[in-house]
Amino acid sequence: MPVERIEGHRTGRTAEDSEEELKRGLLLTTVDKAVNWARKQSMWPVTFGLACCAIEMMATGAGDYDLSRWGMELFRASPRQADLMIVAGRVSQKMAPVLRTVYDQMPEPKWVISMGVCASAGGMFTNYAILQGVDTIVPVDIYVPGCPPKPEMLMYGILRLHEKVRTEGHAL
Amino acid sequence: MTPTELAERVRARFPDVVVAREEATLSLDRGALLGALEALRDDPELRLGFLSSVTATDRPGRDPRFLVAYELYSMEHRHRLRVKVGVSEGDAVVPSVTGLFPTADWLERETYDFYGIAFEGHPDLRRILLPDGWEGWPLRKTEELGGVNTRYRGGAFIPPVDRRTT
Amino acid sequence: MSESDLVVQPSGERDPLSTGEVRQETMIVNMGPQHPSTHGVLRLLLELDGETVVRCEPIIGYLHTGIEKNTEYRTWQQGVAFVTRADYLSPFFNETAYCLAAEKLLGVQAPPRAQVLRVLFMEMNRIASHLVWLATAGMELGAVSVMLYGFRERETILDIFEAATGLRMNHAYVRIGGVVMDLPPGGLDAIGDFLAMMPGRIREYENLLSRNPIWVERNAAVGVLGAEDALRLGVTGPVLRSAGVARDVRRDEPYCGYETYGFDVVVREAADCYARFEIRLEEMRQSLAIVEQCVERLREPGPVMIDDPKIAWPSRLEVGPDGIGNAPSYIDHIMEESMEALIHHFKMVTEGVSVPAGEVYVPVESPRGELGFYVVSDGGNKPYRVKIRDPSFVNLQAVPAMVQGGLVADAVAVISSVDPVMGGVDR
Repeated sequence: MPVERIEGHRTGRTAEDSEEELKRGLLLTTVDKAVNWARKQSMWPVTFGLACCAIEMMATGAGDYDLSRWGMELFRASPRQADLMIVAGRVSQKMAPVLRTVYDQMPEPKWVISMGVCASAGGMFTNYAILQGVDTIVPVDIYVPGCPPKPEMLMYGILRLHEKVRTEGHAL
Repeated sequence: MTPTELAERVRARFPDVVVAREEATLSLDRGALLGALEALRDDPELRLGFLSSVTATDRPGRDPRFLVAYELYSMEHRHRLRVKVGVSEGDAVVPSVTGLFPTADWLERETYDFYGIAFEGHPDLRRILLPDGWEGWPLRKTEELGGVNTRYRGGAFIPPVDRRTT
Repeated sequence: MSESDLVVQPSGERDPLSTGEVRQETMIVNMGPQHPSTHGVLRLLLELDGETVVRCEPIIGYLHTGIEKNTEYRTWQQGVAFVTRADYLSPFFNETAYCLAAEKLLGVQAPPRAQVLRVLFMEMNRIASHLVWLATAGMELGAVSVMLYGFRERETILDIFEAATGLRMNHAYVRIGGVVMDLPPGGLDAIGDFLAMMPGRIREYENLLSRNPIWVERNAAVGVLGAEDALRLGVTGPVLRSAGVARDVRRDEPYCGYETYGFDVVVREAADCYARFEIRLEEMRQSLAIVEQCVERLREPGPVMIDDPKIAWPSRLEVGPDGIGNAPSYIDHIMEESMEALIHHFKMVTEGVSVPAGEVYVPVESPRGELGFYVVSDGGNKPYRVKIRDPSFVNLQAVPAMVQGGLVADAVAVISSVDPVMGGVDR
């Protein structure tokens, strides 16, 4: 759903109106928007590094690319404390049930980024051992192509996901 | 020792040695494998006491169908020798060398996992890389490369979610 | 119902309650495959008696990729792109070992400048790999600042890799008969800057960790593995050298002209995790020394691909804004100027090289130990069998010997000191 439509439709206010209200010490919004904003501002990814992409995911979290700019540097080891799963790397047939279990353990709402071409579609490994796309076992929100994607690409995917979360309707 | 000298030395006890591309290869019957590896390991001039690798090659339609290859190395003398054992399809069993080289444990399990070659006397011969309960021996030439079916839950596609409404 | 009925008795054992003995029970703890400190998707089954590890069983295969099977279905040249993804922290080693094996079967050698470039990138890669080890080992033992430092310097190396090969990882830069292309303009200067910067950074890691009491306590006398056990278990690399065995494939079975470079094989006697830490830091310095020698040798230009049209990759490649690809001038050449060049290009790209039948085993010294490629050809344009003897796979077997009898918290230190890369373990 486009952003403008949500803002116009739900609140009936323009940005100028909000500015005016701020001056009076008042900020009005919808519950949806407030909740979505909070969710987007601090997503906690679960550590799900699998292969080459995991190294790039770590590099994204480290100093040079610094995911903490979006409140995301905190990779949670426990799926119970996470709301984003970045599937970073090739998923083998042996790993698939584990991945699904970890996904099921995450509390709602939750999102999935499929990082790299192996997770998205099996990549170059069209063979007996590798799952041909992680979307056959978990629903995927954002696909990030590349082998492996550069940290910039992962960050772009994350920002697109933020946009998606921010504009979601029926947040509760 | 150069590969040629090494081959000469080995040939004194085990005749079937060839040198190709500066690598010496000794072919053995599986019955002679354990004794030969022990002799090669303990011979003071050979000292082939480090097992680098164990693997197999599949040649369907030929007999023996499988060739199991052991890469031996000598830390003292810095030379290498490959030992190969032929195994036929109907009787794919080789004596395990884990008693001589504990490092063979996982290497033999991997060979079993890929080719279905059993290693007699192995302490814990079961699949190592593939999931338990996998059917077939994926690296045999008669097996397909695969890569279409998803085994998990019958490969049902879960559609991507545009909007979470529930 | 009598009282004894309420106690579940293991068959064949005495009832400990009735005999008054203290009940001895062990607990099975499953660690992994999704665990922050198991270096990827390694799974350990630990049997604990209190805090002590009684039994440890690594369970692997969660990243089994079928790379060996895949290479049998692709041409020899395409195999490079597959093997580079096996141990993804040491791509240049995988590529070089594979190409050396193919070249040995073909009976050819890459030109000298290509050999120097291979050595240069392998040693840079060794530093990058050890940096990732430092970063993850630090993170796992609670020294999170080291993680940020390790990845900071690694980015410098990856920038050079990216400028030269078009990719940060999984380069497919080393090809049969040489390397894809020469260094980009200014490449040597960038490497020079890196060489000037890095020794100070290594000193920084030492200052942070070497005399840090927590780091020393968690590593010294932990995970001891003696030389004899290590050799019986097939362990190679820093773990073996930490037990006093001066084994280094670069020196013992030289390839790519390593016998002409000056470097030390770093050895320690303590055989514990701390010795492995010292070895890796010192190996970074040795790699810097080798890179310096490479830079000197690269001052003179020369060909980087073998002068044999039946083997050499036909196209000229360039790093463009979106990565590596055919140079525009080359596309003009085959599309508009020369029909023969187009036919040749098509033939080499689709059919590839035919390699004489035979089998070879080529070892190289990867950051984790002896990386061997056992390659069999049946004379066709595809490998008949490619077996990767990965050091991570073999070294991981020794983890139970190092973990059992120690504390469960030390298991993390031991695994990180072995530095297994699951891509290499499971392939």
